[in-house]
Amino acid sequence: MLLINCPYCGERDQSEFTNGGEAHIARPKNPESISDEKWGEYVFFRSNPKGIFHERWVHSHGCRKWFNAVRNTSTDEILKIYKLDEKAPETKDFKNTLNSPSGEPDLGSGNFTVKK
Amino acid sequence: MKKKYSFFNIIKNSLSHNENWEKMWRSPEPRKFYDIIIVGGGGHGLGTAYYLAKEHGLKNIAVIEKGWLGGGNTGRNTTIIRSNYLWDESAHLYEHSLKLWENLSTELNYNIMFSQRGVMNLAHNEHDIKEIKRRVSANKLNGIDSHWIDPKQIKKLVPIMNTENLRYPVLGASFQPRGGVARHDAVAWGYAMRADEMGVDIIQNCEVKKIRTKNGKVQGVETSKGIIRAKRVGVVASGHTSVLAETAGIKLPLQSKPLQALVSEPIKPVINTVVMSNAVHAYVSQSDKGELVIGAGTDGYNSFTQRGGYNIVEDTIRAIVELYPIFGKMKMLRQWGGIVDICPDASPIISKCEIEGLYFNCGWGTGGFKATPGSANLFAHTIAKDKPHSINAPFNLERFVSGRLVDEHGAAAVAH
Repeated sequence: MLLINCPYCGERDQSEFTNGGEAHIARPKNPESISDEKWGEYVFFRSNPKGIFHERWVHSHGCRKWFNAVRNTSTDEILKIYKLDEKAPETKDFKNTLNSPSGEPDLGSGNFTVKK
Repeated sequence: MKKKYSFFNIIKNSLSHNENWEKMWRSPEPRKFYDIIIVGGGGHGLGTAYYLAKEHGLKNIAVIEKGWLGGGNTGRNTTIIRSNYLWDESAHLYEHSLKLWENLSTELNYNIMFSQRGVMNLAHNEHDIKEIKRRVSANKLNGIDSHWIDPKQIKKLVPIMNTENLRYPVLGASFQPRGGVARHDAVAWGYAMRADEMGVDIIQNCEVKKIRTKNGKVQGVETSKGIIRAKRVGVVASGHTSVLAETAGIKLPLQSKPLQALVSEPIKPVINTVVMSNAVHAYVSQSDKGELVIGAGTDGYNSFTQRGGYNIVEDTIRAIVELYPIFGKMKMLRQWGGIVDICPDASPIISKCEIEGLYFNCGWGTGGFKATPGSANLFAHTIAKDKPHSINAPFNLERFVSGRLVDEHGAAAVAH
């Protein structure tokens, strides 16, 4: 279980929070004039990286405020938490702990079936 | 060489303390080139190779697996099999699968311990009743043996269930007698053995690192054992499918999340059917060893760590104990997670893509095990003929552009 540092309330148990999926998805400016492909991409397609992931959380059983986080999805380590109006840190600012796209990091994945 | 299991065989091998059983499949080194490579050695992948060889007579096939056979979601699910899905498209798909399950032990000459003990989906409120009754009616129109039962009939089937004195009382259920459970490892092993007999190379401990493409055509895969060329590549890697697709420049509408399950200490038989509850979110069945096999919901965030959070376990156990007070003092032995790939409409993708010779079978989310034979059978057809079977045609990638979704969030039984 994760310990999440709400920027407004401090460290709280993950069960107080709800995940809001990928962060920084902008609604297309002219929905009526874009292609079905582009619209489908906006509605259904989200990135799903193994590794560094920008995501949204809401402190639903606390202050009920939204904020963003950068988390390593291969270890669940939360690398940075930032408010909605703060600039998003870049993926390359963080160390990718994976040796290959679908490989396992040396530490923290808990995936023993595929570890040598 | 055809390996046959028989009573005589078992007696003979028991005389030598079961130490002289022959290996069920070879462990070959990969060749430089295959006609077809299947990425992912779970039930779906091994089954695909089996049907490609058996029904389509194709040769020179390899299955490449990162870990060991059935070590991913095939060995991590709660083994529930049913076909009571709402929409025609899904009903046909899962019923196709259920029909194959019914004959699978005979077909493979390998006991997959398929037990049609029935599957119950509980209703706890007015909305559940309406939704489940609607689904039962839809099932009947599709020839699926689902029917509505009231709390009295539920009590008769599962006497230990507390239907009245709980926060969300049990008001009825749908019941599919042909549903049930099967031994999940045996499914992978059975398919592996028979595929191997037909010459399929099963390569374990070999991680696919990249799908190679050139001019819109698939070239092969880069693996931890070197580059293997192939004419056609089928990816059935559950949680990791989207990661692999990305290496070929394909974006899939999938999100990978942990789905947890747990088993208790073994006890005497107390529950002889499968009971699922969508609303209070817990499902339970009893394995032949006597353990209660308990399933939970997905963790609410993207992750590739096969463990999940304890709050999910706590919620699930809370619901289980309220529904079955008799389990209150039991100890849980093991808990684990598997990484499931969830589609926006909770239906799978069995489809070609814009790259020639590259096929995907993914998005099974929380309910892939029940579909194993059907999915494998249809995916083999799609790869062999380079076009989908009429049953899996609706489960294409284009539906995320056209908007023609197959929304099965209600029948998926696990909240996403």
